Amino acid sequence: MNCGSDKVIYMDNNATTRIAPEVVDAMMPFLTDCYGNPSSMHTFGGQVGKSVEKARIKIADLIGADPSEIVFTSCGTESDSTAILSALQTFPEQRHLVTTRVEHPAVKSLCDSLTQLTGHKHRTTRLMVDSDGMLDMNSYREALSEDTAIISIMWANNETGVIFPVEEMAAMAKERDILFHTDAVQAVGKIPINMKKNQIDFLSISGHKLHAPKGVGVLYVRKGTPFVPFLNGGHQEHGRRGGTENVASIIGLGRACELAAATMEEENTRVKALRDRLEQGLLASIPKSMLNGHPTERLPNTTNISFEFVEGEAILLHMNRYNICASSGSACTSGSLEPSHVMRAMGVPFTAAHGSIRFSLSVYNTEKEVDYVLEKMPAIIADLRAMSPFWKDEE
Amino acid sequence: MWEYTDKVQQHFMDPHNVGELKNPSGTGDVGSLSCGDALKLTIKVDDSGIITDAKFKTFGCASAIASSSVLTEIIKGMSIDEAAKLTNEDIAEALGGLPKEKMHCSVMGREALEAAIADFRGVILPMAEGEVVCECFGVTDLEIIRAIKESDLRSVEEITNFTKAGGGCGKCEDRLREILQQTVEGITADKVKPKKGQRMTTLQKIKKIEDVLEREVKPTLRKDGGDIELVDVDGDFVTVSLRGACSGCQSSRTTLKEYVEKKLREQVVDTLIVEEDK
Repeated sequence: MNCGSDKVIYMDNNATTRIAPEVVDAMMPFLTDCYGNPSSMHTFGGQVGKSVEKARIKIADLIGADPSEIVFTSCGTESDSTAILSALQTFPEQRHLVTTRVEHPAVKSLCDSLTQLTGHKHRTTRLMVDSDGMLDMNSYREALSEDTAIISIMWANNETGVIFPVEEMAAMAKERDILFHTDAVQAVGKIPINMKKNQIDFLSISGHKLHAPKGVGVLYVRKGTPFVPFLNGGHQEHGRRGGTENVASIIGLGRACELAAATMEEENTRVKALRDRLEQGLLASIPKSMLNGHPTERLPNTTNISFEFVEGEAILLHMNRYNICASSGSACTSGSLEPSHVMRAMGVPFTAAHGSIRFSLSVYNTEKEVDYVLEKMPAIIADLRAMSPFWKDEE
Repeated sequence: MWEYTDKVQQHFMDPHNVGELKNPSGTGDVGSLSCGDALKLTIKVDDSGIITDAKFKTFGCASAIASSSVLTEIIKGMSIDEAAKLTNEDIAEALGGLPKEKMHCSVMGREALEAAIADFRGVILPMAEGEVVCECFGVTDLEIIRAIKESDLRSVEEITNFTKAGGGCGKCEDRLREILQQTVEGITADKVKPKKGQRMTTLQKIKKIEDVLEREVKPTLRKDGGDIELVDVDGDFVTVSLRGACSGCQSSRTTLKEYVEKKLREQVVDTLIVEEDK
């Protein structure tokens, strides 16, 4: 199947990323000849096990962790569920959770359905964000209670790229002896993270957000943190996660983490400059457009811009005609009838929330691509506005 | 990604009759920015009651724009009386169909047309009256009842797909269920129970099973001189004993499985297994 990847201008990297060619190369032997089971006694399988351990070290190195703190999972969602449910089982008498209004569904929906999963009623404090998408530290402090079993707050928001001060929040949690989990799937590989310098207990990683394949994730579990497995089974991952390892993808993730360490600086200089060029260009050339999310406390690759009086799905489909890939927080793209919960939590007015577009870049984007998008967007928005009953030309 | 027909894509990419007529004979303005879609339809009607021109302005997704565009194509040249009979299904059909979650776009087209015709005729639409059921999207009971009848809706989810009611905070779901029940004959409360399967206590289950047997099964069996009694309910296993003409009847097993079990599964829990007490 030819899906035209050579033609697309891919600016939807917070949704998923291209698998780096180096990652594919690293994986190939494990999809072909080296098919042994890492748990086997024979050398044929055992050598695969050694490769898995090497990958574990590379992943640990990227985030300043000890390899023993890395638990492989199938995806970011599994990592999130594992951490939260582990804490609730560790402290069955503590029925309170603290999270935010802007979490990814992996955490949001889990918190909504805890009663079904645990058989207990839980109280969840969902912290508000301001119009920049930032949390209020005082509300956070006040939310913590004797009854709090775990705090789960994302490191960076997938829709806006806004970064939360999770390290500071984890330190405050530690003072109160409360476990702290962070969904860091958008942050790992994009901004420097050093687990030796913070007190976060659990951290979720997703492979496909950093140029590794889909279907592999990691849960970082700080040494000494009480842990109850989510998947029970064999002794894999030292009994912390049953199920035969997704070897090839784990090897791929190891290689991807190595690459991410090497491109971290580029991500925060060249990619950031591209993002800024795109953002400033769009805001300057398109009237009634605005940035969603804090201007600086943000991932280097993400920009979320609202184009007032037009609807996101319509914008995306016009962009699609030029092979430009991005996302929208509009109601229509999600199949629900309301704009994204993140836009609503930030209080983005409806006129703008329905027309929000997220561009998320990667090291594979070029200046030429950014210029192409800057060339096409004004006409797309103008055409749709000409059709909109709310758009007045004189504005 | 939505599965849009070629027709939807054509009308979206290259919409017909975009704009606003000067001195229109009628204007229909429906939807709002907060709702995520809105349509302003203007029509020109000549002395013989024929719609000679129509233009639209739409804020919304691809299917909203395509529905508006195809609507103007359909009604141009139609008499106002003919146009008044147009349904949202006609609009959807002209587009070769819409994804079910997007049917409300065709409903918006029909509503705008109706509003424009009412404006032309100088009458006030009855839809403006009625009790607002869905506050998020401002949908009244009259609109919901109409959609149920016109499009043969059978679940709360379908009502949301067609009218958007219930698609916001979801607080009106119970009320929607109620309206659905009252509107559709023969649909019992049990068929439209909430999506998240409610767990019944054994007592509730027994009561429901008895109720269905009493109300629907027994009268049918009695017509053929038979009868049925509930013996036991153990988890999903329902034991009954067949009486009268049914007992010993060759086709009693078929009756049990094809009729009794089916009825109970439909109306109580869809995992029930009905066995005869022997």
